[in-house]
Amino acid sequence: MTDKQPRHRLSLAAREAITCYLFLLPWAIGFLLFVIGPILASLALSFMRYDVVTAPRFIGLGNFRDMFLADKRFTMSMGNTAYYVFFYVPLHLLVALGLALLLNQKVRGIPIYRTLFYIPSIVPIVAGSILWVWILQPEWGLINSLLGIVGIKGPLWLASLQWSKPSLIMMALWGSGSAMIICLAGLQGVPQHLYEAAEIDGANRWQRFRNITLPMLSPTLFFMLILGVIGSFQVFTTAYVMTGGGPAESTLFYMLYLYRRAFVFLDMGYAAAMAWILFVIVLALTLVQFRLANRWVYYEAEQR
Amino acid sequence: MASSTAIRPGVTPHSYQSSWGTRISRFFGRVASHVVLLLGSAVFALPFIWMVSTSLKSDRQIFAWPPVWIPNPMVWGNYPAVFDYAPLHKYFLNTMVIASAQVLGAIITCSLAAYAFSRVRAPGRDVIFTVMISQMMIPGVVTLVPLYILFAKLEWIDTFLPLTIPALLGSPFYIFMLRQFFLTLPMELEEAALIDGASRLRVWWTIILPLSKPAIATVAIFSFMFAWNDFTGPLIFLNSRNKFTLSLGLQAFMFERRTLWGPLMAASTMMITPILVVFFLAQKHFIQGIALTGMKG
Repeated sequence: MTDKQPRHRLSLAAREAITCYLFLLPWAIGFLLFVIGPILASLALSFMRYDVVTAPRFIGLGNFRDMFLADKRFTMSMGNTAYYVFFYVPLHLLVALGLALLLNQKVRGIPIYRTLFYIPSIVPIVAGSILWVWILQPEWGLINSLLGIVGIKGPLWLASLQWSKPSLIMMALWGSGSAMIICLAGLQGVPQHLYEAAEIDGANRWQRFRNITLPMLSPTLFFMLILGVIGSFQVFTTAYVMTGGGPAESTLFYMLYLYRRAFVFLDMGYAAAMAWILFVIVLALTLVQFRLANRWVYYEAEQR
Repeated sequence: MASSTAIRPGVTPHSYQSSWGTRISRFFGRVASHVVLLLGSAVFALPFIWMVSTSLKSDRQIFAWPPVWIPNPMVWGNYPAVFDYAPLHKYFLNTMVIASAQVLGAIITCSLAAYAFSRVRAPGRDVIFTVMISQMMIPGVVTLVPLYILFAKLEWIDTFLPLTIPALLGSPFYIFMLRQFFLTLPMELEEAALIDGASRLRVWWTIILPLSKPAIATVAIFSFMFAWNDFTGPLIFLNSRNKFTLSLGLQAFMFERRTLWGPLMAASTMMITPILVVFFLAQKHFIQGIALTGMKG
């Protein structure tokens, strides 16, 4: 023990530092044990074949070669996920921004509307998924029943090759409420005097939106875009519960396939390699977005 | 009313003279806004109404055309029927055990770390903070496989330990939220206590925590919601029925009885209701929490 000498001999700064490190210790232990360690282990595993039962065997780039050259499901799950991300992320931003703009008006009943739009986003994802399977049920579900009343024969939704992915995107958009709240907070942070000045200068609604609202909101939108891409690449639960990857693997998303390789086929090395590929893709996209950010994200001069 | 809501509708300037033309267009603009808002909220609310409605229907009414909105007669039997297929009370208890540990971790460990990050100086602290921020950007999938292997080696699979121990050690998201809040607290009380010889631990417990009740409540709610909703964690780490959480149990019920829409909707309703109760009791905290993390990100 180096702590033999009485406490007050230590300088105040040293005592502060020790306290600080001690307070951070639990998080640091968790970070090393459950994040950094596993990430490195995951990298090592990606060069191995490992089924949990027998000892891991080094196979070099074998997993990666299989992935890109031999595994049709890998390519397919990548394509499905890209489709999902490509449509979901922009639509999600549009819905969130649209709802926030609607709610940022001076009309009666805003708190009620806000609550209604927000609630779907806090619904437990499994409960929401079960609910939507019923809503999308082709014969007696809500949507096709309503379509039937106006004489339209609705598609098979989750059971249809063309509509399975759009169905899942639609359901995910239903939960845009929390993004809407973030947008709304952003909108209300825009100084009113900017709008007043623009209105006096004769700027119309669109010009005010284009030249004031969008630039002022761009940091918020950027933040949501980054998180949206990271999150939607990992889409899993809705597909697992609602379609199980079907029909004909049209909703076999990357994470769902990874889950199967790891926990159904116990192909731990392959799954770890898949996880790293996903990690690299997401990281690259995030970096690209940060690079492109200075073209459209506006930061006020007074910021650090 | 206005003081109870964190976010107010925007204020449009009315100070200058407006002509009849702009007044009329403003009136129609307002009507149009209401129409759009009503349609929008119908789209967002109908699924819930449909869910509750289905949960109170007999099979004959569930498969009726045109669809019945208000069940006649109301059938309550779907609710007890759920328990024949899925012991929700058991799942509920399991979920509460896991959620309590996660909330505890969020409150104690995360607020200690957040206090250190915001108020206690140490060399390298800000570098560590940057590391923690980047931790939030790491997709969870990268750690999934090795974590499973690690927990398997520790013989933690099919126990609650994988879902509680890491959470008890803190999560960067909540540390970040609390730090943002602690930075806004006034320094005077804390300084006075420190001069009187109180330790940092004591200051954290007797001054910082009581001053941060709203932020603590927000973090507690968020972590509770996360535990309540989490599906992937329980799916991977739990195997036996009697350890299932609500999410997992409900999914298994759905998987086995895909056509029992009445009981399925009753089960979904029962899972959603507590969340709605929490939401209505603590609406302010939800909005503030999202705004806090969203804005300062």
